[in-house]
Formats: sequence, C-alpha cells, structure tokens
Amino acid sequence: MKILTGNDLKSGAVTWWTGYDWSIHVEDAVDVGDEADAIAAREEGARRVNAPYAIDAERDANGGVRPAHIKDRIRALGPTVRPDLTLKPADPEAGNWVI
Amino acid sequence: MYRYDHYDQAMVDSRVEEFRDQTRRRLEGKLSEDQFKPLRLQNGLYLQLHAYMLRVAIPYGTLSGAQMHALADIAGKYDRGYGHFTTRQNIQYNWIKLEEAPDLLADLARVEMHAIQTSGNCIRNISSDQYAGAIADEIIDPRPYAELLRQWSSFHPEFLALPRKFKIAVIASQTDRAAMKLHDIGIRMVRNDAGEIGAAFYVGGGMGRTPMIAPCIREFVPVDQLITYSEACLRVYNRYGRRDNKYKARIKILVHELGREEYTRQVEEEFAHLLTQGIEPPLAELERIATFFADPPFETGLADDAVRSDPGFALWLDRNTLPHKQPGYAIAVISLKPVGGIPGDASVEQMHLMADLAMRYSFDECRVTHAQNIVLPHVRKADLFAIWQQLEAAGLGAANLDTVEDIIACPGLDYCSLANARSIPVAQKISRRFADTGKTAELGELKLKISGCINACGHHHAGHIGILGVDRKGTENYQLLLGGSEGDDTSLGKITGPGFDEDGIVDAVERATDVYLARRREGERFLDTYRRVGIDAFKEAIYG
Ligand code: HEM
Ligand code: SF4
Repeated sequence: MKILTGNDLKSGAVTWWTGYDWSIHVEDAVDVGDEADAIAAREEGARRVNAPYAIDAERDANGGVRPAHIKDRIRALGPTVRPDLTLKPADPEAGNWVI
Repeated sequence: MYRYDHYDQAMVDSRVEEFRDQTRRRLEGKLSEDQFKPLRLQNGLYLQLHAYMLRVAIPYGTLSGAQMHALADIAGKYDRGYGHFTTRQNIQYNWIKLEEAPDLLADLARVEMHAIQTSGNCIRNISSDQYAGAIADEIIDPRPYAELLRQWSSFHPEFLALPRKFKIAVIASQTDRAAMKLHDIGIRMVRNDAGEIGAAFYVGGGMGRTPMIAPCIREFVPVDQLITYSEACLRVYNRYGRRDNKYKARIKILVHELGREEYTRQVEEEFAHLLTQGIEPPLAELERIATFFADPPFETGLADDAVRSDPGFALWLDRNTLPHKQPGYAIAVISLKPVGGIPGDASVEQMHLMADLAMRYSFDECRVTHAQNIVLPHVRKADLFAIWQQLEAAGLGAANLDTVEDIIACPGLDYCSLANARSIPVAQKISRRFADTGKTAELGELKLKISGCINACGHHHAGHIGILGVDRKGTENYQLLLGGSEGDDTSLGKITGPGFDEDGIVDAVERATDVYLARRREGERFLDTYRRVGIDAFKEAIYG
C-alpha cells in the first residue's frame, strides 16, 4: 500500500494521513492509492501538514501498518535509543518493530 | 569571554523579531514552505526526523555559566529535557516546535547567543581548540583571532551565498586538537623567526564524500592581514567554486582541481589587490577583543597536587584532566560518554550542574569539544575531588577521555533525515563491549568515530577506527575504516572491506583491537601499530 506522511506545521510532529485527517499513529494511515499527490497538495495548501510525501507500506498480521523503510518506521515510533521518548514508552518490545 | 556590544545585541535582537514575524506569516499561510524554508534555515531551524531541529552556534565552543544554564532551561522548556553537543562544538535540539521557535531564540538572545549562520552556504560557526587560554603548549590564545573572524564573517554580504557551506577552525599550538586540516580553512597562529605573530593558512580540507587534507598555502600571514588574506581565499572560492554540482561545490574540490599552486597564485593575486583596499580592521579592534580573553585572576602559591586516596577519583584524574599553564590549576574534561550512553547528549539537570561547576570552580567558563565533551578550563587542583564527586553523582564521572569509549557519533538514523543507518546504538554497543571486557584502559588512546552516512558529521574518516553507516538493500550496514587521524599527523582512514551488520561491526572493532594488543611495541598507540604493520594484518584478523 501507499501511505502519506508529513510533519505537523506548528509542532513538527510526524503525522500520517487517515483519509480525512492527520494522526500521529501510523496504524491510522490509509492506502492512498494514486491520490497521494492530490491529497498532499491540498493538505499542504491548507497548512494541515508540512512537507508531505508518499511511501510504501504494508499491513501486517495484526492490522498494523508497517512502512517499508526503516527511516519511516523510526519516524513512526521515535528514536530507538530513547524508548522513553517514543509513542510506546511502556512497551519494551516496541523497538523490535523498527528493525 | 567575549561580551556583545550594543551593536551585536541589537543585531541579534532584531533578527529574533524578524523571525517572529516570518514565523507568524508562515503559520498564517502568507508564506509557503518553499518561501519560508530558507528563512528558517538561516536561523538554524531544520526539519528532521521527528520534529524541527534547532542548531545553536557556540562560538569556538566557549560558554559562560549563564549561557550553559540558558541552554539547559531551553532543553527543559522547548525540548524534551536534553540537548546534543556536536562535533562542531555546537548544540542541537531535536524536538522544537515551530510556533515556539521565536521565543526560544529570544531566550538565547538574552544570553548573547543565536542560531544565525548555522545552516546554509555561508561561513559557519568558527571552531577552535577547546583548551585555548589554558593549555601550556599554545603560543598565544587563538580565541581573539577566532572572534575577529566571527565578526568579519557574520552577515558578510559577499559570503552569504557561497557555492557551499564553509567551516573555519583556528588553533595556536603545534598539537592540533580541532581537526584543523579537515576544515575549509584551517588557521594555525604561529610565531616567525623575528618573534612576530602570524597565521599559517591551510585551505581545502574537509570530510564528507570526498575527504581531503588541507594543504598549507601560506606559512605566515602577518597578524594585521589576517582578515584580508581570509577574504582573498573566500573570494577566489566564491568566484570559481562549482555551483553546478552540490557534490563538487566545497572549496576542497576547487583547490584539488586547480592544484594547490594555482589556487595559491590566485589567492595571492587577490590578496595583493585587497591590500590596496584597506579592508583589514584596525589592530586596535583585535586588541579590544583580546582584552576579553585576558587570563582570569589565577591564584598563586597553590598546592600543585591533588589527593589521590579514592581510586575512582585517581582514575578520573589520570584520564580526564590535563596540565594547566598555571601552577596549581588543571583542565578538567567532563565526559559525555557514559558507558552505554548517547555520545554528546546531556540532560537539563546535567547541563545545570555543568553550568554551576563552571561558575563555582572555573571562572565562569566551560567549553564544548569537537569530541562532544565539556571542558572546565581553569580549575584549582584542590577543587578537583569536589568536582569529580558532583559529576559522579550526576552520571558525568566517566573516566574515559580519548579511549575507545570516548566515541564521536553523529545523530544518525535515530534523528537525522539524511542518514543511512543508526550511529548511536553502535556507539552504545561498542562502549559496553569494551567496558565489559575491561580492555578500555589497556587500549589507551583510541579514537573511534561513527557517521550514519557519507556526509561524515561524525568524522569517521579521521578515526583511528572509523565506522560508516550505509544502506545495503534497505538494511543498515556498517563499513569499517582504519588509520584515520585528525591531529598533527592528520590522515584519512581506509575501508577494510565488506561491511557488517550491527553486531558484526562491534565484533570487527574488537578483532582490530586484538591485533593491536598482540602486535604493539612499547609505547605504541593503536594508530602507531596500525601504521607500522599495515592494514593486511588487521584485515586477516577481521575477515579471517
Ligand atoms: C541532523 C542534521 C544534520 C544534517 C542535515 C547535516 C548535514 C550535513 C551534510 C549534508 C554534510 C556534508 C557537507 C558536504 O560534504 O558538502 C555535513 C557535514 C558535516 N556535518 Fe552535518 N548534518 C547534521 C548534523 C550534524 C551534527 C549533529 C554534527 C556534529 C555532530 C555535524 C557536523 C558536521 C561535520 C563535522 C561535517 C563534516 C565536515 C565537512 O564536510 O564540513 N552535522 N553535514
Ligand atoms: S553523517 Fe549523515 S547521518 Fe550523520 S548527522 Fe550527518 S547527515 Fe546525518
């Protein structure tokens, strides 16, 4: 699947396109098919996202969304060297998902 | 320390207000990202992996206690409780919000700091020897010259749109502690036979994808022509540096392509012309600046030894302190490399402590080193034990300066959008491995440097052992380099062969150190043994 990601303009937070809004949780990302450019242009114009780009991803067995490239998985979770600062600070296994 | 005059302060303050207005216009949609990006970058604000990232300039790495306190406050108020000290003697914050960036810059301006010219194709923050003004082997304090260059290069209209970024380092001793020859311009202050002070110019060094060691293009530029000569070097570069290809745009490529002789000839020609233009600031300005760097009021008649009864303290004393030019004093280095920690990171509390120690024990001064550590430049030997105890209690007591645990690592793929691989976890595993096997002390001086991509922010070319992260079909892979150095004997490391995965590179590093332990001769460092026996013995052990 193709998903769309970017950063929140004000906070810089990593966000994912959910079909109608932006979420900080990659699980909420939807397949944008070949609409990526159109959505990106519209959303960026409306300042709901900054520097959006489309990436490849796949839906995993538990229904989660896994970006194809490690860089976007690190963006999705947070720095692997600071579990306390990731989106899943309480989950000691969270880092394994990245690698 | 240098203090802003009211021009400096007014310029920085007005720049904050200008940026506040630019940010407002961006948030209101009056500026697009394409329009705004160059404006935020000119104020040090990047967009990185997790958020905006702010790079703050620390001129020649020198900070007052109040400035270090302010950096700590900023880490708490605008970031997530920490900052990252870099190989360019700067600090980076990784979690900045655009909407708060103007307030952050205003807080910085209040302590005479800013983030101007920390990005883009201009002259960046000037770096220097972290022991300036304290170490015995310098011929003069390099900081006034660095400060003069800072003033000249700040807002210099001709050099704000160079072909590429431009980095200058200034030192003033035979021992190079600033990787001077790996800068676009490296300046070494020297004394000629007549006893006059001047500057030797090394031009066209750099790392990145095409590392080069700067050749000396002039051995003595009189001190009252320092700026004029620098201007000539920059003018020739600005005129002929390649703007068609980002990867060939650094001055190192120009000097290499023209050849040292031809580049030098052109600089000398431009220099002769510029001498007729009277652009050099009056010597009185240099003298005015120099007064800010006068020695602090050292006490005399102090005891010249420290009590070594605590073995942990004795170890730290031997590893992390250096002789000071003033009897009774020492230079103390605070390692930001705890075993298993993140090289260069410091928490709010740690920064506050370092600020307090600087104020209380080091004449209100501390320094950031290019090896991502912090220096207390002027401490009484009698105070070292008290300092060490406080550092220990705050997790800052690692006694590992210049050892295999004292790793330089760039942020890598954990933070950097240009990265191919993570650097920090590799550094953590290596420091743990050597701490666990207890080999650190035995290995002695061993400089290990890691970059997460070919840009070489972590100086991997210059490590006795260097590690470069690459992307191998979508997975992280690490190449091993041996034999680099950034001191007086600057050399570039050579790649040993095929790369490794994360655990593999840690094993490979250990095997390389085993070759050293087996083959070293009396008094040899890792680098010396490597140079004597050559790469093949190491390759054999590593790939076997
Ligand atoms: C995370 C954001 C960063 C970005 C986007 C970035 C980007 C770059 C790039 C593109 C280069 C290569 C320049 C060239 O070859 O023309 C470079 C070089 C360099 N950077 Fe960074 N860097 C970052 C962080 C850092 C950090 C954290 C440090 C210090 C630890 C650093 C220090 C350096 C140094 C020392 C060089 C090599 C010397 C040189 O070629 O000038 N950078 N950086
Ligand atoms: S070397 Fe590469 S990965 Fe490391 S900070 Fe520089 S640009 Fe980023």
